[in-house]
Amino acid sequence: MQHRILSKDSLAAFLEGLRKEHVVYAPKRDKKVPNKMVWKILEPGESPLFEFANTDMSPKDFVFPQSECLMRFRTGEDGTSVLKPIEPEPRKTLLFNVRPCDGKGLSFMDMIFCQDEQTNDVYWRDKRERTLMVGLACNNPCPSCFCHEANCGPHSETGLDVLMTDLGTRLLLKPLTDRGATLVDGLPEAAPGDVDRAEELKGTVEASMKPVIRTEHLEARSLMDAYNLPYWDRVCEACINCGTCTFVCPTCHCFDIQDETTPDGEEGRRVRNWDFCMSPLFTLHTSGHNPRGKKMARVRQRFMHKYKYIPMKRNGEVGCVGCGRCVRLCPVNIDIRDVINAMNAPAEAKPEGQEV
Amino acid sequence: MLNPYLPYPVRITDVRVETEDKTLRTFEFEFLNPKDAKAFDYHPGQFAELSIPGVGESPIGIASSPTEGDRLLFTVFRAGSVTGRLHGMQVGDVMGVRGPMGNWYPLDAHEGKNITIIAGGYAVTTLRATMVWLQDPKNRDRFGSIDFIYGARTPGMLLYRDEMAAWQKTGGVNCHITVDREFPGWTGLTGFVPTVTEQVAPNPNNAIALVCGPPIMIKFTQPVLDKCGWKADQIYLSLENRMKCGIGICGRCNVGHQYVCKDGPVFSKAELDQLPVEY
Repeated sequence: MQHRILSKDSLAAFLEGLRKEHVVYAPKRDKKVPNKMVWKILEPGESPLFEFANTDMSPKDFVFPQSECLMRFRTGEDGTSVLKPIEPEPRKTLLFNVRPCDGKGLSFMDMIFCQDEQTNDVYWRDKRERTLMVGLACNNPCPSCFCHEANCGPHSETGLDVLMTDLGTRLLLKPLTDRGATLVDGLPEAAPGDVDRAEELKGTVEASMKPVIRTEHLEARSLMDAYNLPYWDRVCEACINCGTCTFVCPTCHCFDIQDETTPDGEEGRRVRNWDFCMSPLFTLHTSGHNPRGKKMARVRQRFMHKYKYIPMKRNGEVGCVGCGRCVRLCPVNIDIRDVINAMNAPAEAKPEGQEV
Repeated sequence: MLNPYLPYPVRITDVRVETEDKTLRTFEFEFLNPKDAKAFDYHPGQFAELSIPGVGESPIGIASSPTEGDRLLFTVFRAGSVTGRLHGMQVGDVMGVRGPMGNWYPLDAHEGKNITIIAGGYAVTTLRATMVWLQDPKNRDRFGSIDFIYGARTPGMLLYRDEMAAWQKTGGVNCHITVDREFPGWTGLTGFVPTVTEQVAPNPNNAIALVCGPPIMIKFTQPVLDKCGWKADQIYLSLENRMKCGIGICGRCNVGHQYVCKDGPVFSKAELDQLPVEY
């Protein structure tokens, strides 16, 4: 598909066009916390920011809300209550200036939520189909970013409908899907020099990101060998099981389902809420038995899930896009890159001694 | 589009108290919409989420066999909020069933083989489904000998006791029903399941074993099977873990890279030997 060019002077008119069919959101500075970026509606007349690292929260909640009503019931006159699914909203959302890591994050979760005929999450799919993403390539990644080593990259296109590259006073727009092509239809075509300039920026930024993690031993290591690494006892000492890493993560997707009712129990709803593997209640059986009752088992679960279990199940895909949010926001400074390197270290694994 | 979170509405058509301590009841459900009964196409070993609006859901193994018709049976231990509420429900009450979920015992893949079933306590439910399925005229001739070893603490804690007596009488299967110790009026076997298994000494040649029971029973039955020469890829077990979605997304029932709800609940011992014991 043909690249297009958009002068930042004409951005307001372009956004106005997008607003006709979509509610447009973009990263904005938080009014209360300095330097914190949040996803907010981009009001008419407002200019989007192009100089920012990334939002604290990934945009996953546009498709997978933190709390979401799935169905409702009302007890009928015969005393029976039957759950009825909620009607999906017709509104279309457009996320403007999505970082490529977050585009990849949603694309990764498509694979989890829509696996096959049986595992086809209609709530996810419906909102995903109504959410368009116009990405903004990273030219200045954070020191905590490692997207280029997590099957992603600062100019990654996966999951996005359009990828924009900031060329200074102008933006180069690369449509990636049919929906994206429709969005940019009408903009002037880019000159070959503009496309070359974007390629050059991509090369520069990729070269500036030094290799920080290695996974070759981890890939070769058996599940049980990785599971039994003595390192797990050490990394869990610092962790306070707060779950921040899971909430800010663009690929963490665990959830809980709960029923809520009016005090008389006559009406109610079934909701799903974000949940997290760091909580002891997450796996607790009604009998009191807990397969991951120890903190160490829960800390290990998160990293093993992302870098061993998911690759085993999904042809080498990792459950991480290298956005660095958990590195920046962990209150006790656990750095997933250190953990990955430790999982990769050719250490002596205990042959026996499974966690009970 | 099919909504995998939406339960089928069902009506309770029968409730039976199964055990002397009244902690286990068998519920029979009828689908309110006949087309749902068609859609609910299941195999012995699968489970479903029993769904009570306003209370929640609980994953329970299906105790009926698809060869028995459209009605579903679930034998439920009273344990938490959902099962507690269910135990208070009566014939005629309407609730929901979501499923069928998970994989099933690989019987078709082992056609022609002898089957040994070893069960303890109330883990026997999906094995009842299996036994009924195996004895169906359409299936019985497709398999060799069938040995069914089942134990409970007391005669009053045995599930489906009358049915099992009937299975033994028809002669197509060998039932070895045991209780932990002697009881007045009990004329059957006594002793724990591993001991009885040792006496039965099931032959591993051209055979598979399905084993379901409390961890302590499995722990002591395994050495007996080893002694008889059984290999890990001939033994199938069924796991349970806390679940919510039941379709391999919500992330809590995993054992290593496998989800008990979608990749399981049935795993061979050979598979489990390569996985953490997070169940």
